Amino acid sequence: MLESRGEKVFYVFNYIILGLFALSTLYPLLYVLSASLSSPQAVVTGDVFLYPKEFTLTAYKAVFKENGVWMGYANTIYYTVAGTFTSMVLTICGAYALSKKRLKGRTFFNLLISFTLIFAPGMIPMYLNFRDLHLLDSRFGIVIGFAVSTFNFIILRTFFQAIPEEIEEAARIDGAGDVRVLFGVVLPLSKAALATISLFYAVSRWNGYFWAMVLLRDEDKYPLQVLLNQLVVKMKPSESMLNDISYSTGETIIYATIIVAVIPIIVVYPFIQRHFVKGVMIGSLKG
Amino acid sequence: MNVTTEVVRDRPSAKSKTSAGWSILKRDWFLYLLLIPFLLWYAIFVFKPMYGIQIAFKDYSVFKGIEASPWIGLAHFQQFLESEYFWRVLKNTLVISFYSLLFVFPAPIIFALLLNEVKNALFKKTVQTLTYMPHFISVVIVAGIVTNFLSPSSGIVNLLIEKLGGEKIYFLAIPDYFRTILNSMTIWQGTGFAAIIYIAALAGVNSELYEAAVIDGASKWKRTLHVTIPGILPTIMIMLILQIGGLLEVGYEAIILLYQPVTYETADVISTYVYREGLVNGRYDMATAVGLFNSVVGLLLIVFANRISKKYTESGLW
Repeated sequence: MLESRGEKVFYVFNYIILGLFALSTLYPLLYVLSASLSSPQAVVTGDVFLYPKEFTLTAYKAVFKENGVWMGYANTIYYTVAGTFTSMVLTICGAYALSKKRLKGRTFFNLLISFTLIFAPGMIPMYLNFRDLHLLDSRFGIVIGFAVSTFNFIILRTFFQAIPEEIEEAARIDGAGDVRVLFGVVLPLSKAALATISLFYAVSRWNGYFWAMVLLRDEDKYPLQVLLNQLVVKMKPSESMLNDISYSTGETIIYATIIVAVIPIIVVYPFIQRHFVKGVMIGSLKG
Repeated sequence: MNVTTEVVRDRPSAKSKTSAGWSILKRDWFLYLLLIPFLLWYAIFVFKPMYGIQIAFKDYSVFKGIEASPWIGLAHFQQFLESEYFWRVLKNTLVISFYSLLFVFPAPIIFALLLNEVKNALFKKTVQTLTYMPHFISVVIVAGIVTNFLSPSSGIVNLLIEKLGGEKIYFLAIPDYFRTILNSMTIWQGTGFAAIIYIAALAGVNSELYEAAVIDGASKWKRTLHVTIPGILPTIMIMLILQIGGLLEVGYEAIILLYQPVTYETADVISTYVYREGLVNGRYDMATAVGLFNSVVGLLLIVFANRISKKYTESGLW
């Protein structure tokens, strides 16, 4: 295809604009990493711009000495693992049952659930519901209370619907019962979709902060994100973090805390990215 | 399996109806068994709180509980509409949403269109990988990065301003900057990932139309305008309806992280007001009423947007 001069100029600019946008997503993280590895003086005076100056690990030592950070990590891992498992069990139950056209009442239940997408109960009724169920300040409440995402349910239901009925029929003719059909045929066939949905749940669990902040009182139950809100956003590094090293500023400690919290996501991100893209694609086909 | 349904059709007596019911249950018992925990979850954690919305019309007392508290009609709504906060939070909600429609919404569309013109596969892949990444980082961390970068004492932005000979600015304490900071943050975090859906739609645009347009001598710009954009218009419309439905929701999780009393005048939106009034001040009934106002307007907006879209573009959510 022949290109006009205007088009050539466009292509050059296009590469520049997209390149700059990509760099703008990378730079803040790069700066945070460099600052966390530099001396507080170098950060405060603005010497650090791209790479660490006066390399030191003291900020990380301060972060790892803080018991709250370990506790937050442990809690987050618990909420992510237990939460994702609970979510998957419930979502599979509902999505499989409601994917079957022959099921009586299917349309009604599907409508009822779709309705929750455009009308939610709202923050206060939800909070009072947790209180009435005695699930305030409860790890179990966090795990069970946010188990099903209607969006994920619809993605999985759409996927189950696409599995040809003949495959199940064939298994039945071979003598498989309902339970065997689900566990031996349907779920193994849906591995890709199940992986995608689990990742959706796991990432939102890992990153969730609002309801944990609202529902939990006891600091020992805080997930990492609630802790980060205090340490990083409100910029109040704990006393013990600052005292030990006699810092003039908590700045590098804050940056080190960010890195410690974000590392697991950055490490797994390249591997899970394509699953997410796939999930969005399935979700975009109307359910 | 079809036999039972035919039997029902032939003899629609009460007796055969119950036996048909039994045979359906016998056939699908496993599906119903799976459905029970799932529906129970929705009943307890979604529909039960919906039932609790009634306290918006009641003088709710923690001791009496939801049902025993006396009805007071629309008093809470009236009080909200007459309060000094009503106009502030309504205005802020609408202004932030309007800016979001204007800047945040088109960003992924433009990004997808630009990316679609990239021929170098490696460059494309790299840009995608980098720009999707912020979506996976929690809003707390992103807000933390924003607060620290803009910090007046040692934030990189102010250090740069100072090096260039300017005065340090405490950005997050200045009401005029709040909306720009919030929406920029949303664009930074969400644009790449939100573009996926448009990239998929672009891949589905019929390539024969492009070839025909090239033969007709259409320039790149004309092809984009007359082939590409109409091709992804249904997707754009659906995303727009969703956006309009969520217009009043605005990203309150991010606002709660970033705002402070000095910036309330531009930052306080309906949802953050509900949060403070209900969860901080404990006025549950009042806050529920304000939240209900928000949800109902949101519901009306999405129904309205869907109707308009169906009328003019034949694509809609339902």
